[in-house]
Amino acid sequence: MTAIDNILEIKSISKFYPGVTALKEVSFDVRRGEVHALIGENGAGKSTLIKTCSGAISPSEGKIVVNGESFECMTPKLSEKKGIGVIYQEFNLVGDLSVAENIFLGRAIRSGIVIDQKAMEKEAKRILGSLNIDIDPRTLVKKLSVGYQQMVEIAKAVSQNAQILIMDEPSAPLTNAEVESMFAIVDQLKKNGVTIIYISHRLDEIFRLSDRVTILRDGQYVTTLNTRETDKDELVRYMVGRELTEIYPERSETCIKDEVIFEAVNVSGNGDKNISFQLHKGEVLGFGGLVGAGRTELAELIFGMEPKQDGKFILNGKEIAPKNPKAAINHGIGLVPEDRKTKGALLGLSIKENINMPIYPRISKGTVIDTKKEYETADKYKNEISIKTPNLSQLVKNLSGGNQQKVILAKWLAADVDLLIFDEPTRGIDVGAKQEIYMLINSLVEQGKAVLMISSEMEELMGMSDRIIILSEGCITGELNKDEYNQETIMRMASVERKG
Amino acid sequence: MKKVIDVVRNRAIYVFLLVMIIFFSIMNNNFLTANNILNVAKQVSIFGIASVGMTYVILTGGIDLSTGSLISFVNIVAAYFMVNMNLNPWITILLSLVISSLVGFANGWIIAEIKMPPLIVTFASQTIFGGLAYMLCNGRPISRFDDAFLKIGQGYVGPIPIPILIMIVCFAVGAFILIKTFFGRYFYALGGNEEAAELSGINVKRVKYLVYTLSGFFAGIAGIVMLSRANTGQPNAGLGYEFDVITCVVLGGVSVNGGSGKISNVIAGVLIIGVLSNGMILMDISSYTQMVIKGLILLLAVGSDCIQQAKLLKTKTATA
Repeated sequence: MTAIDNILEIKSISKFYPGVTALKEVSFDVRRGEVHALIGENGAGKSTLIKTCSGAISPSEGKIVVNGESFECMTPKLSEKKGIGVIYQEFNLVGDLSVAENIFLGRAIRSGIVIDQKAMEKEAKRILGSLNIDIDPRTLVKKLSVGYQQMVEIAKAVSQNAQILIMDEPSAPLTNAEVESMFAIVDQLKKNGVTIIYISHRLDEIFRLSDRVTILRDGQYVTTLNTRETDKDELVRYMVGRELTEIYPERSETCIKDEVIFEAVNVSGNGDKNISFQLHKGEVLGFGGLVGAGRTELAELIFGMEPKQDGKFILNGKEIAPKNPKAAINHGIGLVPEDRKTKGALLGLSIKENINMPIYPRISKGTVIDTKKEYETADKYKNEISIKTPNLSQLVKNLSGGNQQKVILAKWLAADVDLLIFDEPTRGIDVGAKQEIYMLINSLVEQGKAVLMISSEMEELMGMSDRIIILSEGCITGELNKDEYNQETIMRMASVERKG
Repeated sequence: MKKVIDVVRNRAIYVFLLVMIIFFSIMNNNFLTANNILNVAKQVSIFGIASVGMTYVILTGGIDLSTGSLISFVNIVAAYFMVNMNLNPWITILLSLVISSLVGFANGWIIAEIKMPPLIVTFASQTIFGGLAYMLCNGRPISRFDDAFLKIGQGYVGPIPIPILIMIVCFAVGAFILIKTFFGRYFYALGGNEEAAELSGINVKRVKYLVYTLSGFFAGIAGIVMLSRANTGQPNAGLGYEFDVITCVVLGGVSVNGGSGKISNVIAGVLIIGVLSNGMILMDISSYTQMVIKGLILLLAVGSDCIQQAKLLKTKTATA
């Protein structure tokens, strides 16, 4: 193989941190014009690897060869000059600037020293239009949903004429419809000769998009396969080093009781209108819909984060009106939020402190903490849901995504809640840990708790829910029982437009 | 990883303290005498006491600029109670502490309920209570107190001056609240991530009331000790004290971004400032030069904190 075939060659890249080897002698080639998928569990080194390519960090050993030019290490400027663009999981957008200003951030179109707002908006509109994105370029970015914000990121990279576009989990926050248009964008980019390195947890996407796929495991290169010549099982086997029997674990049929634990009656507020539903003991009630359909907003109402304007919530037969999360928790409600790192876990505190946080007044004499109880509670739930850690004083920020999620879950088990709300329970969590989270949800309902699960992953929604309620534009547009599930019906209900 | 950095950092501050002590001992024969050491401790007692409340505030990610003015205000209020109103010293102390706690509570209430930045709220109350102190005494010092009251600032238990004992008690109580009670956990949680803290069932507003109230309370104690020591109530007694207090706390490794820090290290921070001030006075360094040096040390302390944070962030994102 000659160097000209390969637009990018990773040559024996290693990255060491004190006590941690993030990457160990990783080598592979990316061919010009291909869509090259990069997969691996969390902590496999994907993020570190792309950061060495983008110049965000410098490798301890090894070389990066771009277009035949060899580099010991990259800098952000150099990589941009060499045509490498990256769409990170965290967006680099300025909320208070418009879409157009964000696309041209740092490269504003000017006439003289004055920014030419009109020209910039026109050019932004053209780029967005070419990607079938329907946003007014004058909209402030902070007003956009996560899905649209990501589209602005993609448009920004497109406007920079990147030759190699690295996409880090681009589909994670998107709804199905949005994922489809993102795929269309990727196809179009490929037609224009852009090489794409596509990182994803979702194996379906790998088969839909990629020509070849490289697997990393524990910071090491495993193999590169032609996508056409492999299948899901093989990829999963390489990723985790073990077979997964089935994706969604069964739970006992008799789990659901007739008893209603939670009920919403004509609830309005926070953008939602006239929401009514019942949730039974031992039931997993799924909430489907597009991004911005009002599902997270509903969770915020129930958890006392936002005031409702009308209607009532009934928990265990009694009407409740929690005015803040603390009150909701005291009623027996827990929330596992969508954004684990900024809302769910207290990253700078220990596992022990995170698990005990809602119940400190309960395990204290007066205000003095009973440290023995504190330790025992944490230890009990650590073992019960197998949080992998050498000790309970470990800071939560040092845990993997899956283990962080388990700590949040342990917190609600310790608080002994009756109703647990999951908002995107497995976002950004690797395949193996996902499985564990699903099993934990099952054991929760088997213990008689009720689960309200918001999910944008169609498979997860159908695989885990006993019943699905679909929201669109803040209203309930459908309810499906298990025997009625199918993707088309859900999609159709999710795209119902509000009338009047 | 964090542990290693913590250990190095913990030691760094004690090493720094030791180096300074050695330096000043060499420069001046009078420095390392029992008398002078007690002197240092006595000098730091006032901002040492106030630093306990400030530690809580900074831990939660806030700041309290009203401390110095509140010390002045309590100074005048207490003097006014005793001299102009002939109140009993003990009732005076009680009332003064209630008043200073209420001022702190007001700061906390405005910060939590109106969601104004702590910097602005406490800056405003710094100006307000600085002004009120002058209004109450018409700008003139108030003096002549009971001997019983003067004991607080000037008395001894055995060889140890009482202000030092009060400071030790404040540090002990401060550490107890932080380590043993769940309020301490709440302070760290709030400083680490306010939103996640709220979603974990912490009543964030109440915690804010509490830390600013405690900051006011400890400033009140500092004000009383100062009044007794100086034997005269001055409307500018605490002028600029918040600067020393913040320097001690930050020098003691409490992160200006909130979420991490320990009382034991704050004590080291307090001692460093004390040794530095005392040493510089013994060396006849002018007060202007002292200001410059203290400013540089504050910059150094915050700077090293920010560098640590940046390093931690880097390792964190890289291993994620």
